[in-house]
Amino acid sequence: MISAPSKTRRGPHPILLWLLSSIGKKTIVALTGICLVLFVTGHLLGNFTIYLGPDWLNAYALHLQSLGPILWVIRLGLLAVVGAHILFTMLLWKENQAARPKKYIASDPIQTTVFARTMRLSGLCVLAFIVFHLAHFTLQIVDPSFKHLETTLDGHQVHDVYRMVVLGFSNLPVSLIYIGGLFLLTLHLSHGIGSLFQTLGFTNRTTRPLIELATKAYAWLLFLGYISIPVSVLTGLVK
Amino acid sequence: MKFYLEVWRQKGPESGGKLEHYEANNIPAEASFLEMLDIVNEDLTAKGIEPIQFDSDCREGICGNCSLTINGVPHGPGRGTTCQLYMRKFRDGQIITIEPFRADSFPVERDLVVNREAYDRIMQAGGFISERAGSAPDANSVPIPKVVADVAMDAAACIGCGACAAACPNGSAMLFVSAKVTHLGLLPQGKPENDRRVLSMVRQMDKEGFGNCSNYYACEAVCPAGIPASFIAGMNRAYSFASIKESVGIPL
Repeated sequence: MISAPSKTRRGPHPILLWLLSSIGKKTIVALTGICLVLFVTGHLLGNFTIYLGPDWLNAYALHLQSLGPILWVIRLGLLAVVGAHILFTMLLWKENQAARPKKYIASDPIQTTVFARTMRLSGLCVLAFIVFHLAHFTLQIVDPSFKHLETTLDGHQVHDVYRMVVLGFSNLPVSLIYIGGLFLLTLHLSHGIGSLFQTLGFTNRTTRPLIELATKAYAWLLFLGYISIPVSVLTGLVK
Repeated sequence: MKFYLEVWRQKGPESGGKLEHYEANNIPAEASFLEMLDIVNEDLTAKGIEPIQFDSDCREGICGNCSLTINGVPHGPGRGTTCQLYMRKFRDGQIITIEPFRADSFPVERDLVVNREAYDRIMQAGGFISERAGSAPDANSVPIPKVVADVAMDAAACIGCGACAAACPNGSAMLFVSAKVTHLGLLPQGKPENDRRVLSMVRQMDKEGFGNCSNYYACEAVCPAGIPASFIAGMNRAYSFASIKESVGIPL
């Protein structure tokens, strides 16, 4: 008989054992990854209101601001998700380094893609990009004059988010930072989204190639959607 | 044919090692890689140099004992074991680098010989079925659908050679463990112990210090038995479900 773990073991709770196991940690990274992919998708859909005109984007921004405490729950939740995603990745990475301390002298990367091998680097670059993005549009400390942009919406004085975005992206270096950051995010997602299906066990021999293709396409679709905004501002389609 | 070999030489588990340069002369194109090493070793012995130590057993591609990394690829170019690799695969005059399988859980014993007992201990943790002993049951008394038997057979093809962990940049043994979990878990004889098996084997795998899967799929690319990496997905699922059952107190 294979010994029953629950009967013979006097130790940590099974959930803790799962969490600390290789597969448990991978699963946490995958689950937090899902949350972040959903957030990135929702964020893009919200951003698309810019194409409907200033009033739509400003109303959308006002609606988000008026959520009040719920907005803070979402923000802290996202922070926790990002934190867990990074923390568990680092734990896995530390173990992986220990498991393969000696590299081959004749090194020949087998099968893996450059996207897969640069996940930590692309992830950290994306983190830096997110910090810049928050400083730029949320905290408005990159250009403090953004704070004083106001417009009228249904007779009320509101923050002119539309003007802020157009002014922000009219600056070519800033737009290039955004496009670069989004490119790295896309590299990260082109391995990450497909990878989470594998980690969570949703793949088999037939579906894995299809899922990988579909998730790569999805990552690049997100890229095109996101960069369309700075590109539209720079080319004058949105002004 | 003639080859310039760069071979990893290491006196013992504790001593450091380095690449040594040897020439392989008059090698027939139809020699297998191991036969090429035999010829080199005869030459070295004649010169009074300690021959290169390497593992081999069946030399017909079924035992999984030969564990060489050739030019950075476990078992070398082409998907098969080292013994089934023939020198005609290489260019005349090519430089060939030969290293042992690299993974912290596969310590180098000497030269190109590594200790792969970690895989045995994972098998002992749950890579078996608790079948009653006695005479064999009647054929077809336990019906198994053809498609299920086929997948179980594909998984059973794993020879436990260790190339998956050796190829993995993370030194992960998940392809091996997933093959065993899939093979035994699909058949009616193995099913009753599925949850216990996946829990025990994965925990032993972690305890042995193997790394974690980053879905690079290098394992799949070098596996001489053609084990697909999608078996890892099935193992992940089975392990998490078994953990949930265990934590809520469902008998396993």
